[in-house]
Amino acid sequence: MKFDTPATTNPIDQLKVVGKPTNRIDGPLKTTGTAPYAYERHDVAANQAYGYVVGSAIAKGRIASMNLEDAEAAPGVLAIVTAANAGKLGKGDFNTAKLLGGPAVDHYHQAIALVVAESFEQARAAAALVRVEYARGKGNFDLAKSLDGAIKPPPSFGTEADSAVGNFAGAFAGAPVQVDARYFTPDHAHAMMEPHASIAAWEGDKLTLWTSNQMIAWSVGDMAKTLGIPKENVRLDSPYVGGGFGGKLFIRADAVLAALGARAAKRPVKVALPRAFMFNNTPHRPATIQRIRLGATAEGKITAIGHESWSGDLPGGGPETAVGQTRLLYAGENRMTAMRLAVLDLPEGNAMRAPGEAPGLMALEIAVDELAEKLGMDPVALRILNDTQVDPEKPERRFSQRQLNECLQIGADKFGWAKRSAKPAQTRDGRWLVGMGVAAAFRNNINGPSAARVRLDKSGVVTVETDMTDIGTGTYTIIAQTAAEMMGLPLDKVVVKLGDSAFPVSAGSGGQWGANSSTAGVYAACVKLREAVAQKLGMNPSDAAFADGKVRSGGRSAALGEAAADGELVAEDRMEYGDLEKTYQQSTFGAHYAEVGVDAMTGEIRVRRMLAVCAAGRILNPKAARSQVIGAMTMGAGAALMEELAVDKRFGFFVNHDLAGYEVPVHADIPHQEVIFLDETDPTTSPMKAKGVGELGICGVAAAVANAVYNATGVRVRNYPITLDKLLGELPDIA
Amino acid sequence: MKSFTYERVATPAAATAAFARAPGARFIAGGTNLLDLMKLEIETPAHLIDVSRLSLDKIEKTDDGGLRIGAMVRNTDLASDARVRRDYGLLSRALVAGASGQLRNKATTAGNLLQRTRCPYFYDTNQPCNKRRPGSGCAAIGGFNRLHAVVGASEACIATHPSDMAVAMRALDAVVETVDAAGKARAIPLSGFYRAPGATPHLETVLAPGELITAVTLPRPVGGTHIYHKVRDRASYAFALISVGAIVQKDGSGRVALGGVGYQPWRVEAAEAELPRGAKAVTAGLLAGAKTTHENAYKLPLVERTLAGVLAQARG
Repeated sequence: MKFDTPATTNPIDQLKVVGKPTNRIDGPLKTTGTAPYAYERHDVAANQAYGYVVGSAIAKGRIASMNLEDAEAAPGVLAIVTAANAGKLGKGDFNTAKLLGGPAVDHYHQAIALVVAESFEQARAAAALVRVEYARGKGNFDLAKSLDGAIKPPPSFGTEADSAVGNFAGAFAGAPVQVDARYFTPDHAHAMMEPHASIAAWEGDKLTLWTSNQMIAWSVGDMAKTLGIPKENVRLDSPYVGGGFGGKLFIRADAVLAALGARAAKRPVKVALPRAFMFNNTPHRPATIQRIRLGATAEGKITAIGHESWSGDLPGGGPETAVGQTRLLYAGENRMTAMRLAVLDLPEGNAMRAPGEAPGLMALEIAVDELAEKLGMDPVALRILNDTQVDPEKPERRFSQRQLNECLQIGADKFGWAKRSAKPAQTRDGRWLVGMGVAAAFRNNINGPSAARVRLDKSGVVTVETDMTDIGTGTYTIIAQTAAEMMGLPLDKVVVKLGDSAFPVSAGSGGQWGANSSTAGVYAACVKLREAVAQKLGMNPSDAAFADGKVRSGGRSAALGEAAADGELVAEDRMEYGDLEKTYQQSTFGAHYAEVGVDAMTGEIRVRRMLAVCAAGRILNPKAARSQVIGAMTMGAGAALMEELAVDKRFGFFVNHDLAGYEVPVHADIPHQEVIFLDETDPTTSPMKAKGVGELGICGVAAAVANAVYNATGVRVRNYPITLDKLLGELPDIA
Repeated sequence: MKSFTYERVATPAAATAAFARAPGARFIAGGTNLLDLMKLEIETPAHLIDVSRLSLDKIEKTDDGGLRIGAMVRNTDLASDARVRRDYGLLSRALVAGASGQLRNKATTAGNLLQRTRCPYFYDTNQPCNKRRPGSGCAAIGGFNRLHAVVGASEACIATHPSDMAVAMRALDAVVETVDAAGKARAIPLSGFYRAPGATPHLETVLAPGELITAVTLPRPVGGTHIYHKVRDRASYAFALISVGAIVQKDGSGRVALGGVGYQPWRVEAAEAELPRGAKAVTAGLLAGAKTTHENAYKLPLVERTLAGVLAQARG
């Protein structure tokens, strides 16, 4: 099915199942521990051996020698895989550094060997006996010192590094009110609960990989390319994923080494990356240094908006696209954005929840707060004044839907924004300095082609099969809701099977495109199934009504299952997209409000309450969507106050590589959150009229918290995370 | 983890005897720290002596009106003991500020005192660390050291002791009771229990090899207002940037011990005479001779400000 004109009325609009706050259909499995994650697939292959990864102890250089004698002689050891014995390996399209290093080393904890043994403990003990001598090379690990050598990167995903409209320099110089500041965001780790893990088994030259992965088709391709085998010989299965946040968009060392280990040991091998490897072996969200310049009239109209961002990556990597939202979020006739990329020899950077916008808004939305203060304007009013209903760089393109102002206004009302003191450091609650902050949320909407197969059996049960993944987001449930709505069934008559590369290729989970894209694919397949059912029952497909488990047409009624009385009915289709994304700018919007308390004595910062108001098209399942947004708000609070990969600039690695050292919020940090979704549909996105919320939820949160800290204390911190040591010197004197 | 042998013992005498048979063995109780260290091969004992079932799990009154806390009393049980909550509130508050409920259920009183530093370089066996591999150097000096010591450190090591409980114990004048391999008992004031890192940061306490902690005793209660303020980047489940444990009397006198600033819970009795004059004067004495890095210099004003807040709270 091709979606190239805005949607009109369709069966989804009945909203009997879609749009209802629905418990997860996979919830009982998750809460009883019976949803098997990759490392727990004990039943899928007999005789599984254990692999343990050896990571490089240096960040850059060469392996001078590797002595495997002691490891090979250790109890239970079956095989040891290194670059020297693995045969020729390719590199996946989505990987920057090789997943098995040696003799050249590209980054700290790059995998350089896999030890396979009968037990996990034996593999781990033997891995510690692999003796490696290194020739340490000189690496570049300091972004701040690398700005001069940074280059203009080539376009990534069709996005140019630079953009310019009007005369920015002139307009900025002439603006009566200006902000010109630099902002720093650190490297972030995905820090999902489930580490990367895979079980690999070979049957002849065919590989099956039970793994934890967000993008099945991409990863089939990259596995094949890395191993140098045809794609047809690779099967991936990833029905449950314990969090990804972008860290599992691509195959990692666990997948490749499990496959190589299984080949070497001639039996199935399972590999999980140890927790420490999550920080230096797998990708991270790169640090940025951003300069923002805003020029405005005395009345608050933005006349000049400039945003530059520097980030680093390994050779061949890409930039953190932190300026993207600035091209679209606010009006202003004179504009410039630029991204520059330095070569760093830290582990590779890549996508993490709302890549680009998350760190970009951390900077931009503080800058807007600073502008509001200089203007003596309320920051909500300033944002509303500078709203635009068209793409400011290409005014002929309208936003398909844009209710940012409504989000800001409703949020201000619900949050009690009117009680905020415009002057900072005015509100005390005992020893706490209290402040409120606001930020706009913005994340683009992306649609991807997505296919599904639906099967109807004679009992009236519909089974959906697609290689779509559920990374904890609620995909199982919204797909079931979509099929139930389309086929006129209650939810318990729908079975959903996901994550298997043997199923039709979906859009996958990433970029908050999964919900709208994957359900649209299911919609397309169900349209075909409805036609097949009507035809089978001798009804007119154009007027057949599907409801209550029955099909009705021209005064006749039949149970849905009757259409499959003499055999299962199967339909498959793929939703594809025309150029509506080009005609209209499709984005999602929101407003984040935060209230914080800062201990006047110690500078400890605690979030007191948070509110998000989101305008993101049709909300397919308000309960699952709310969970996505509150999780993202939590992650945003972490980015504001504690998350930072600490770089050792001498040795070139992230030092705090465990969950004790890399702090993310705990329950006690998040006392109260509220989410409001505007009642909205966007007919330009798909027949579902939906968009994504999973990334929108984090966009702007950190800046809202940062602005609240400023409002509480009068101390402006532009260097995340905002920890107490950055406030201490400027807090009120102790009496 | 290296392979090891394991035995379970029933009495302190059996424990020390077992050690005599297997020098280099480690005692294990809750295992909340030692097991992690073994998995990372930071500790590689060939033999483990499980002392967790010794009948040292009681909290009893001492003859002089204090408390004797058995070495195996779990942190959870100690924190919730009615006598501790009534008479030694600082200890209870420090305990519940530490770790998580699950860890406190496993962790023992003796084990808590003996837990090792959380310096990230100590935990990364690829990095130099004089505490882990004597003579290899200290990666924390000149590296990521925002969490590290400002007092009592040396050119060889700037690690801190991570315990909250020990801070309260130090303020409460706790005494560690031990028995050695020869069956000889001794009492070590906590003030003399930890060794300064000097050139030998791998030697952390004055315990002799095979010497087993049997109890920690607290003198009779001293009254006063007990406050433990642990300062950290998140609200729970994090080691202290710094912590302040204080006992403040109605007349303004009292005691103060700090966590997160040195290799041991940090108390300077002489500085406590300044308590009636306020936090600045006390801090000057407490942190005299402090040596900071550009990343941990904030700890000095933080101690002073936190102490000022604690004293204000104590005044009501």
